[in-house]
Amino acid sequence: MSTATIETATPVAHEDHGHEHHHDLPWYRKYVFSTDHKVIAKQFMLSSLFFLFIGGAFALFIRWQLAYPGKPVPVIGSILPATWVTEPGSGIITPEFYTQLLTMHGSIMIFFVIIPFAAGMFGNFCIPLMIGTDDMALPRLNMWSFWLVPPAGLIMMAGFFTDTGYAAAGWTSYPPLSAMTGLEKFTISGQTLWLISVFLVGFSSIMGAVNYVTTVLNKRAKGMKLFDMPLTVWALFITAILVTLGTPVLAAGLAMLFMDNFLHTSFFLPDNLVTSSKYFGGGQPILFQHVFWFYSHPAVYIMILPLMGIVSDVMATFSRKPIYGYKAMVFAIAGIAFLGFVVWGHHMFQSGMNPLLGTTFMLSTIVIAVPSSIKVFNWLGTLWRGNIKFSTAMLNALAFVSMFIIGGLSGVFMASAPVDIYIHDTYFIVAHIHYVLFGGSLFGIFAGIYYWYPKMYGKMLNERWGKLHFVLTFITFNLTFFPMHVLGLGGHMRRIYDPNVYDFLKGLSDVNEVITIGAIGLGFAQLVLVFNVLWSLKYGKRAPRNPWRANSLEWAAPEHPGHGNFDKDITVYRGPYEFSAEGRKSDYWPQWEPGSSKTVNHHTIAVEEETRSFGSH
Amino acid sequence: MSAALNLSHEPVTKIAHGKMAMWAFLASELMFFTGFFGTFIVLRNTNYQAFYDASHHLSWPLALLNTFILIGSSLTMALAIYNLERKNNGMFQTYLGLTILGAFGFLIVKYFEYSAKWADGLFPGQENHTLFYSFYFIMTGFHALHVIAGMIPMAFMLMKSYTKGGYPYPVKVETLGLYWHFVDLMWIFIFPALYLIFP
Repeated sequence: MSTATIETATPVAHEDHGHEHHHDLPWYRKYVFSTDHKVIAKQFMLSSLFFLFIGGAFALFIRWQLAYPGKPVPVIGSILPATWVTEPGSGIITPEFYTQLLTMHGSIMIFFVIIPFAAGMFGNFCIPLMIGTDDMALPRLNMWSFWLVPPAGLIMMAGFFTDTGYAAAGWTSYPPLSAMTGLEKFTISGQTLWLISVFLVGFSSIMGAVNYVTTVLNKRAKGMKLFDMPLTVWALFITAILVTLGTPVLAAGLAMLFMDNFLHTSFFLPDNLVTSSKYFGGGQPILFQHVFWFYSHPAVYIMILPLMGIVSDVMATFSRKPIYGYKAMVFAIAGIAFLGFVVWGHHMFQSGMNPLLGTTFMLSTIVIAVPSSIKVFNWLGTLWRGNIKFSTAMLNALAFVSMFIIGGLSGVFMASAPVDIYIHDTYFIVAHIHYVLFGGSLFGIFAGIYYWYPKMYGKMLNERWGKLHFVLTFITFNLTFFPMHVLGLGGHMRRIYDPNVYDFLKGLSDVNEVITIGAIGLGFAQLVLVFNVLWSLKYGKRAPRNPWRANSLEWAAPEHPGHGNFDKDITVYRGPYEFSAEGRKSDYWPQWEPGSSKTVNHHTIAVEEETRSFGSH
Repeated sequence: MSAALNLSHEPVTKIAHGKMAMWAFLASELMFFTGFFGTFIVLRNTNYQAFYDASHHLSWPLALLNTFILIGSSLTMALAIYNLERKNNGMFQTYLGLTILGAFGFLIVKYFEYSAKWADGLFPGQENHTLFYSFYFIMTGFHALHVIAGMIPMAFMLMKSYTKGGYPYPVKVETLGLYWHFVDLMWIFIFPALYLIFP
């Protein structure tokens, strides 16, 4: 490893207590319980990829049932146990298992894939490197924030082995459904495990976020002002604030729901419920929705803001242009984050909300379109007349922007309450969330992986495989999710087990079939990514220090940085987006390179050393 | 990583990492308890009579005693920091010991309160449990967990202070102090909300 040279060069013991040396650590402290932010980022990446495939497999079960209701699941159907999972002896999934699959698909994709990818992996990898420091402010806390995720995932997956199976109340877990499982007090069910698991994963997020906030505020390299930070760091910083303030509210809601579920209290259960077991009532089911969405709407931005930052960096680098409207981008992120806290009611237009309150939420929601449009406009402005290089990272970033536009526009539809009354709880909503979370977040994640893989592993990802992965994913993604708009407007409800029960949905069965074929293709296309990641690890080209000729500080680090990241002093002289500055031979100007410049009409012009020192020496 | 590099410099904000992280964490904690207080406010208004009746079963003198114990332990915590910063190891040990004692006292009083509730069958899952007691147990329960979580590092610091050289990190004690004051402050909100606001 490249660290060896650094450490032999400086054998001086120093008095920094919290900082273990790399070479005298046992293997399990280096690779398993490591406090190095890069190792933790890789761990987050691996666990998220693992859960991505589990969540994707669940989605394929769902798709199979919707396209071919009542037909046995191919290949896997015969292995599944014939209890509540499949109809006896047939391999057809039961309605119970179907709702469990829906629940687990959503929960796993959100809590164990997108959030750990966006905040966990990129937060850990990018923040210390991009602000030019050796590690997180609190490395050990950082380690624990990862090591809560695998147990939490196992706890959630353990639901399969309870008598009633996984949680089945949807990823939103609305009471009364989630609170009244019909089981006795003190029974561990899939729902109970789900609540514990999400509580743990929330605690992990908070620990990570607290660390990010501290690191960004306290550990920036010499000379780096807040407005010298790349947009990735800004986005992760603001996301961390969202996590810090939003997640604990969900935790409180989960704790109360856990009591309702496990101890038969009734925070969220109203009077006079007719059930077999005794509930004393007095609570309000909609109260849980308020508490839940107070977190989960900001969570939508937790899942997309980091990727917006990453895409900004990728686009500026591959357009060889400064990002258009850097400060506007920062304020747009902050604006989206702030508005994210005051719009949660738009998830509840149909839950029985005072129309006046609904109108307020509708207005605040539509206002979010303003900062979002600022961002899209600035991305287009960055591309405009740029010297664009269509690398895999750039292609994924472009896909992010275009898919985000589609998802954002359908978002404006459902933000207005009158339209939402019609499309509420249909596949239109499913199309929207997947355009934002898959088309948005996941393409952003791919862009980030392709962009930073060289710094992570010291090898370049194979561009040809990367482009194949991109093309397959982009086509099958649109084949899968675009027709869902059609389904939704046709009245296809989400979460239904068998569309053939409804006469008016029979005409849409072809669409369902197309979607399922697309989804299967989409699932298999991701194998290309995994193959590429593993293949390039061994056979990839060695990465140079700065393969993309980018400006931000992570590219000042060695090819495959070891513990401590940098092998030289870092002083920051300028912002991260000084591409194509006039008066320079190369079209980029790294943040760590000395030199002075002046700004004329928003253009940076390099000033020669001789002219600057005229008369002063 | 190495002495030659300028990467591990003083915190930019001049606030120690641990302290800054603690402030962020306390903001998070505040939102956690806000979740309980928010639902409490809503459900109190729709179940006023039931909450009124149940509240009068609680023992406010015991809670008042606990309030004084916690405020006292906050004071001793502050004095412990004051003395450690001035390298007054003996006084530091005395005041930190008193703080731990205060936390213990709080939990002992809590034990008496809880056992009375257990005898009346008011615990969640027991027969006389009502919505008010759900709030009572979830709020005081999480608060008691926070008290216990604070006692663990305190005990660790006290033990360390008896080794040679004493406890060397005043900033860590100060950070723990922030947490301890927060736990105290939460009690100052929980006490009136559950015991006093029902006239």
